Amino acid sequence: GSSLEPEEPSMEPPAVPEEEEMPVTAPSGQEGCQLFGYVGIEAVLDQMKIKTMKTGFEFNIMVVGQSGLGKSTMVNTLFKSKVSRKASQPGQEEPIPKTVQLQSVTHVIEEKGVKMKLTVTDTPGFGDQINNENCWDPIIKYINEQYERYLREEILITRKRKIPDTRVHGCVYFVPPTGHWLRPLDLEFMRRLSKIVNVVPVIAKADTLTLEERAEFKQRVRAGPQGAPEMLCVPPRPQLKSRTLQIQEDLKTHAISVYPQEDFDQDPEDRLLNDRIREKIPFAVVGADQEHQVNGKRVLGRKTKWGIIEVENPAHCEFPLLRDLLIRSHLQDLKDITHNVHYESYRVRRLNESNQ
Amino acid sequence: QNDGYRTLSLSENVGLGSLPDQLVKKSTKQGFYFNVLCVGETGIGKSTLIKSLFNINFDDPVSMHFLPNMQLRAQTYELQESNVLLKLTIVNTVGFGDQIKRQDSYQPIVDYIDAQFEAYFQEELKIERSLFSYHDTRIHVCLYFIPPTGHSLKSLDLLTMKILDSKVNIIPIIGKADSITKTELPKFKNKIMSELVSNGVQIYQFPTDDETVSEINTYMGGHLPFAVVGSTEEVMIGNKMVRARQYPWGIVQVEDENHCDFVKLREMLICTNMEDLREQTHARHYELYRRCRLEEMGFRVIGPENKPVSLQEAYEAMRHKLDLEKQRKEEQLTQQFMQRVKEKEIMLKQAEQQIQTQFKHCMLMYQEEKMKLERRKNALEYEIAMFIEKKANAELLQSQASVSTPGFSLERDNE
Repeated sequence: GSSLEPEEPSMEPPAVPEEEEMPVTAPSGQEGCQLFGYVGIEAVLDQMKIKTMKTGFEFNIMVVGQSGLGKSTMVNTLFKSKVSRKASQPGQEEPIPKTVQLQSVTHVIEEKGVKMKLTVTDTPGFGDQINNENCWDPIIKYINEQYERYLREEILITRKRKIPDTRVHGCVYFVPPTGHWLRPLDLEFMRRLSKIVNVVPVIAKADTLTLEERAEFKQRVRAGPQGAPEMLCVPPRPQLKSRTLQIQEDLKTHAISVYPQEDFDQDPEDRLLNDRIREKIPFAVVGADQEHQVNGKRVLGRKTKWGIIEVENPAHCEFPLLRDLLIRSHLQDLKDITHNVHYESYRVRRLNESNQ
Repeated sequence: QNDGYRTLSLSENVGLGSLPDQLVKKSTKQGFYFNVLCVGETGIGKSTLIKSLFNINFDDPVSMHFLPNMQLRAQTYELQESNVLLKLTIVNTVGFGDQIKRQDSYQPIVDYIDAQFEAYFQEELKIERSLFSYHDTRIHVCLYFIPPTGHSLKSLDLLTMKILDSKVNIIPIIGKADSITKTELPKFKNKIMSELVSNGVQIYQFPTDDETVSEINTYMGGHLPFAVVGSTEEVMIGNKMVRARQYPWGIVQVEDENHCDFVKLREMLICTNMEDLREQTHARHYELYRRCRLEEMGFRVIGPENKPVSLQEAYEAMRHKLDLEKQRKEEQLTQQFMQRVKEKEIMLKQAEQQIQTQFKHCMLMYQEEKMKLERRKNALEYEIAMFIEKKANAELLQSQASVSTPGFSLERDNE
């Protein structure tokens, strides 16, 4: 016979009936009930997990920024593998294209039984021209095309069991480390794109901030109900923090809502978690894909004349935070917001326009 | 499954292991919906079984047999176990099979199931929709209660199951199974299953494609239909209180696998396949309903070049067709209207002419009358003139004569 005995002492009965409200008297409508004994509802969680492991995950990420900011290296570091071949051939000069091109590369990565189909879309040529007017257009067009593709699949009469998802779940925008404010290009891009996709801004090549810039940025302190910067969590490097604060201020002034968006916090728990993240956005990151020896350990880092910058060291850069956000804690949330918010608003627009 | 994409090797811990947890965490927060439909004749133990299965207590009025037609009663409960919130809806068929004429017993059930699909379908088609917070009322599983006759399936049951099998996942169970003996049971089960198979009834198949559950699912599948006993009473056995039914000759323990298949049912329904039931409902039954509905609305599945037609193209083709239809109808109506107007005009003209003739006629008559009267008037005037003359003459004579005679002869003349 089977080895499933509901009375097994190892399977603990549910926690005290603190769960439900009053016992039932009314015969109709919604009622809360007290459970006596084991039913087995929590097994549905395992069932779901098994199903998701079988179907696997899809994740589509786009990286945008001027050439030379370390986008490809960053992606490789994030996914600990040679996702982008560009970075591994530093000697080879790839010509900067005359217009913004979009290149998508898809790989399958697997870890602990979880399969993920990862698509990275790179945007060489962005912001590299002399005249960068409308350089965001090809990007917006690409993002909308993916929504369109999904929409078409969804409205078929006989539709696939699992609609292939090529929609961009997150757009990582690389802000150059130098400069006083966000440049008009950065503002314009983020403003337009945060309306249709989740934008995660990062300060690239954070190791190159110079002393003068540090001093200057310290002056730009974000005022507000949260008070003086000392009250925020101690930043790894104060000069990075000032640049971060300054960018936050800029974004606020221009009403650009980047990920995680305040409007989509679902409950107080979410809000608390996301508030902590919002304090640190944009993350100052350094990318590296080579290992070095530090204190007898092999770490991923960049070797410079003045020391080794450890990518995974929170005191050196905020890369671990970015990785945690994108993969370990908010990946599903990125996908959900793309599906429930951005895709739906695209659909509304599209359906309204075809009605006219 | 890799679709030809390059598989990358990871040099270190990326963190993908947390992905299933992230997904599950979201779903737990939102809560799960699970909707169960119980079909079976009155008194077969549907409510008792549900109470035993989900450990809930509710006051359910005992149904009478005299309802004019069958009704469906739905109730929702929120159950919580550890951190999982389950929103359970139980739909009961009240009065199933009680009527004298039972041909239409199944129709309300079919209509109810279709109505839930329709509600979801309408929500999905809306322009501004909110699918992620939608209260899913679609029936995920139908527990069909077979009466424990020991012989074979009743024709009503067979017919109902045949009609429902393409709309919902059916799990057949034998209710009040404590009235069947150990030797009768296997024969009864085999009879039922073979009847179902020979009549082409497609009951829910426990999934066997995943290694973690295929073994238990195959084992359980062989025990269908589950012979269950439900109880809301507890009896002290040894030193524990268990759900049981106490008879003078012994105690039937609900959770004892030797006594009945209750535990198997709970295992299959809740612990192992709840998620699959939900998925099958959405991916198979609902999609079928949706396709039929769209085809019924006039959309074809395969377009002119034999490619699958999208809803939008089909919609536009239909709209075009309806526009032409509308135009045609408009023209038709306009023509009809013009026709009527013409006819009316003719009628009115005729009437006008008639009146004209009448008028002329009247005028003539009037003229004649007038002339006649004129003549008479003239005649009378002449007479009057004559009379006045006579009178004048007579007065003159009188005045000449009155000189010679007295006055009373005047009066005689005046008359």
